[in-house]
Order: sequence, then C-alpha cells, then structure tokens
Amino acid sequence: MTGNEMKIRVENVYKVFGDNPASVMDTVRAGASKSEILEKTSHVVGIRDVSLDIRAGETFVIMGLSGSGKSTLIRHFNRLIEPTAGRILVDGVDVLKMSEVELRDFRRNKISMVFQRFALLPHKTVLDNVICGLTIAGMSRSEAREQGMRQIELVGLDGFEHRYPKQLSGGMQQRVGLARALATDAEILLMDEAFSALDPLIRNDMQAQLKELQARLHKTIVFITHDLDEALRLGDHIAILKDGELRQAGTGPDILINPADEYVARFVNDVNRARVVTVGSLAEKAGLMPLSDANAANCDALLDDNEAIILTDDGKPCHVVGRGDRHKLDDLFRDKTVMPAAVCIDRGMVLEDGFSLLAGTQNPLVITNGSDVPLGVVTRQRVLHALARDAVR
Amino acid sequence: MTADFPELIDTRALRIAIDDSFNLIVANYGEALEIAFLPVLRVLTAMEQFLQWLPWYVVLLVLTGLTYVMVRNLSATVGTAVMMFLIGVIGIWDAAMATIALMLTATILAVLLGIPIGIAMSRSNPMQSVTLPVLDIMQTMPIFVYLIPFVMLFGPGKIPALLATIVFAIPPVIRLTNLGIRQVDAEVTEAMTSFGATSRQRLFIAQIPLALPTIMAGINQTTMMALSMVVIASMIGAGGLGYQVLQGIQRLEVSRGLLAGLAIVFLAIIFDRIAQAYGRRMQQHLHIGD
Repeated sequence: MTGNEMKIRVENVYKVFGDNPASVMDTVRAGASKSEILEKTSHVVGIRDVSLDIRAGETFVIMGLSGSGKSTLIRHFNRLIEPTAGRILVDGVDVLKMSEVELRDFRRNKISMVFQRFALLPHKTVLDNVICGLTIAGMSRSEAREQGMRQIELVGLDGFEHRYPKQLSGGMQQRVGLARALATDAEILLMDEAFSALDPLIRNDMQAQLKELQARLHKTIVFITHDLDEALRLGDHIAILKDGELRQAGTGPDILINPADEYVARFVNDVNRARVVTVGSLAEKAGLMPLSDANAANCDALLDDNEAIILTDDGKPCHVVGRGDRHKLDDLFRDKTVMPAAVCIDRGMVLEDGFSLLAGTQNPLVITNGSDVPLGVVTRQRVLHALARDAVR
Repeated sequence: MTADFPELIDTRALRIAIDDSFNLIVANYGEALEIAFLPVLRVLTAMEQFLQWLPWYVVLLVLTGLTYVMVRNLSATVGTAVMMFLIGVIGIWDAAMATIALMLTATILAVLLGIPIGIAMSRSNPMQSVTLPVLDIMQTMPIFVYLIPFVMLFGPGKIPALLATIVFAIPPVIRLTNLGIRQVDAEVTEAMTSFGATSRQRLFIAQIPLALPTIMAGINQTTMMALSMVVIASMIGAGGLGYQVLQGIQRLEVSRGLLAGLAIVFLAIIFDRIAQAYGRRMQQHLHIGD
C-alpha cells in the first residue's frame, strides 16, 4: 500500500512560542533545555528540530503524550501554525512560501483536517456540515449536496443527513467530521487525535472503518494519537515525539524491536509484542539451494553466512536446514526423503500466529511472501529475543 | 482647621478652554450636525406616528401574538394583553407608543452600530483594551453629563434624547458581541480556517451564528437600558411616558408619576419576556437542534 513517492517533507522544523521567538533561536539551536529556555527567556519551545518524510498513500502516525508537541506539529502541515524555523514541503512545494490566496487554495483542495472534539457547526445539519468545505470553496449548494450525500453514505450515516450534530452520538459526530474532511477530495488527511474523545468500543469501530476507507481511498493520512495501540494498529510508520523532539520514526515493529532510546523503550514496554510484531520483521538471512544440487558439503559452506539453508523444489521450499543441524548434516543428507519438511509462514503474520508452528518443529520457520516464494527464516531464539523486554536494547 | 487642597493649576482656564472649544464646535458644526441627523429624526417620528396611528387593538394583538409565539406560555400571553389594556385604560396610550418608538429606534440604531464595533473588538486585542475602559466610562458617567453637549448641539428635542439614549444603551450589545465571538469554540473556527475559509466566511458561517445567543442577551440588555432612559430623556424633550413622570414631579401629582411609572414597568416586562424567550430558543437550537 505504501508508495515510494514523498508526499510531505518536514525539514528541521522549530516552533518557539513567546514574544520574540527569533531572538531565542540561537539558544535553542545550541541545545539549551526546554526549562532552561523558559526560565531565561520566558519562551516555550514547542517543536525542536523535527524532520519527517511522509510517503504518498501511507498512514503516518505521530505519537506522544500530552505536551509533546504533536498537535502543534500537525498544525504546521496546513499552516494553522507557522514554524519559527524550518521548511515544510508538500509535493515539493514549500507551504511557508505560499501567498494567502495560494494557501487558501491549498487548504480548500489538497489538505483537510479532522478534529479531536469534532468541531462541527451545531446550528447546521449533518449534510450542511459535510458540505461546509465545498461551499467555502464556492461550490453551488445543489452540486455540493450531491457530493456530500456520497460522503455521508461512505461513512455510513445515510438517513441522518437532516439531523443536527448534537442529536448524534460521539462516534457518529466524528464520522460527520470525517465525511466533511473527505468531501473536499483532498489527498492529505490530517487527523488530530480524531478518536481520542470516543469510547473504547466506538474507537475500535472507527479505527476499523478508517482502515477500510484507507484501503479504498489511498489518502495520505497524518494521524495524531497518544495511544500506542492505536498507533500500531493504524500506522504504516510511527514517529514518537517527546518534549517537541523526535525520538524515533519507523514502522511499528521497528520501534518495538529496536527502540532508539530508553524513553521509547519504556513507552513501548507494555505492548503485547506477539500481537504486533510480524514474522517478516524478524526475518534472518537464509541461503537458497535446489534440493537436487544440495549435499552436506555445500550446505555446510553456505551456513557460514546464513542462519539456515532453504532447500527448494521447483522454487518452492521443501526442507530447511538450520545451523543447529550442522553437526548432523551427513546424517540428514544420507536419505533426503526422510528429511523433515519445511514449515512455512506468511511474512505478514504476527508472532502470536507463529507460536504453534514454532512449537511443532525443531527447525526455523520459512518466511514466504504469500505465493510460496521463500524470503528468509525465523528462529525460535529470534522470536524469544523479540518478546523478551529486557533484551530489547 | 480645614486644609484646603492646594490649587496646583488654574482649573478655570481648563474649563474655559473646554467650553470654548465646544462652543466653537456648536457654532461651526451645529447646523451641519443637525442636518446630518435629520434622517434619524425622520425615522423616529415616522415610527412614533405609525404606532400612534395604528388602532390600539392592533398593537395589543400584535404584542400579545408575539408573546405567545416566543414564550409559548398562556399566562405570559394573557399578562401582555392585560398590561397593554391597562396602559390604555389609564389614558396614556399615546405616550406609551411614543416611548416604544424611542426605545425601538434607539435599540435598532444601537444594535446596528454596536454589533460591528463588537466584531471589530473581538478581532483585535489592542482595540479591545482601548474600547473596554471607554465602555466602562460610558456606563458609569452620570447620564445627565451626556445631555449637556447633546442639548447644546441640537437644542432640546428628540434627536439629543435619542442620541443620549443610544450612548447609554449601546455598551451591553458591544460587550456581549465581543464576548460571544471570543467564546466561540476555537476548534470550530480553526476547522473553518483549515478548510480555506476567509475571515469573512469564518465570521458569517461560524462565529456570528454561534455567538448569537450571547449577542441576543446583549440586545435584550440594550433594550432594557434604552427603556430606563425614557424618563431622563423626557427632560430634554423626548416626550412619551417619561414626560408624564416629569409632569408628575413638576405638578407634585403622585398619581400621574405613579401610573406612568407603572406603564414603563409593564413595557419592560413585556419586551424583556419576548427578548429573553427568543434568546432561549436560539440557545436550544444551537445545542440540540430543532
């Protein structure tokens, strides 16, 4: 789902709040701490030297606790907040260099936003709220209504279009907010803690609905949350922010397995890794060799560089030989027909799904890409390592 | 022994300077100003004549109907009818109509001026910090002080009465327009901005509609303050119920003052009920929809 094209590029963005932010930038750049700067200059550092690359069509989650600057950061993307220093490029265009008219155009057509507390107009019906962005852009009401009804159906609110927001539940109100953001057909969707104000069950539904919508629409979504589970569930990439600084950015399993520092490690400590980490992310290098060519000698040689050798028959994995088998290679190759069969697992499976397979075999599991093409192996040791919390760093 | 406050400067010179410069304004621009405010006078006179021309039962029915539509309460509706009827019975119907005309004209003009000022204030902190103390002064300055320059400029009559009433009654609508707009949920205005709204679109799509209940409360207060000015305004020729009270004082007729005063109370109750019910309705609409 993730394309390679860069959609949003954040380059060394700083945001300092106060009377004269430019004057303290040197101190900030020199690395003075947040409290130091507050005490000396009564300026607050909101964002410090954040750089991010967000690809087209991906869901990029920015995560942090309250006060980490995540909501400040997301408001830089559509310039609701201007940075003190740095650049923000959307499709290669510097958002900060846009004139007022260009910026308005950009907000009307290219980027839209969903808010934590919905931010709907209480005096307008659901339909009028949904088409709000369109009428602001100058579309005629009749045309906008037609388009708006499509969005209302898309988020499953048909039948409620003439109600008022306060007559709906929180989850439904946020669907109105989502439909409003989708209605302008913007390529980029900014979601500022969009589901945080909802009940846990409703939040689950909304996450599922967003995933489903995203599978169809392929928007570039920037999602803000303080909830790690939500981040792992939705994000193709996750960035962790603390005190306005970027601590780590990467895929969910990346962050779980290789936390960049103690803060991130503590942050991800409570996550059930077995449900998040995919076997693909733990893949180890394996040599491939057609079964017909394999013998004890060439396998032994290959095991110097590889964790295991996958023996293939017609390109498909049939047996696997791990390092643990090295001392008994001769025995194994005496009769290839009694060699234990390779156990395959799709790379997208999470560890939990692989437990019973791992328990059932002495050998490493062969990771495939879904069409039986072997990609590597995963060993028990590797899985246990990934699950062990103290071994993480 | 009393120690007199030392005379540090000669205030006589200051007073003379103020008076002289004001006299200069009166002499040079008095006539121009009077002509400029002629249309306002025409509106007021037309309103007064129209209300007095209408048969009494039409006015009574309209106000009663309005009460019913807004308040939806039978006793309040009957109350309006009875109170208006009593005003007629007392024999001061025409004076009451003149008072309503002054009050409505002053309120309408105050609202037309006050809402834009309030909006401008809500958008600029410097403007707010300048305007708020001015409004405080306007509301605390004894009302008679306004009468002096207005009477000097226009002579006794309806225009100075109307202008003094507007000055006295305008602060609430300005204050509450400013407050109402500032209290609009920041996330909602931010949402409008994020969809590319201009500041004008933001104002008309989100800020004014959401601030409307508060603005209505301001208009209600303005109406009540305009009504409370009628007695004082009558001293410089506004006529109406206030003039009846004034005559009561001059002739030492308790009954005349009391009855006219009662009529003012009746009008206050009627208009307050209607305006408040309207504000409540709007609030409801904003919170749960129709």
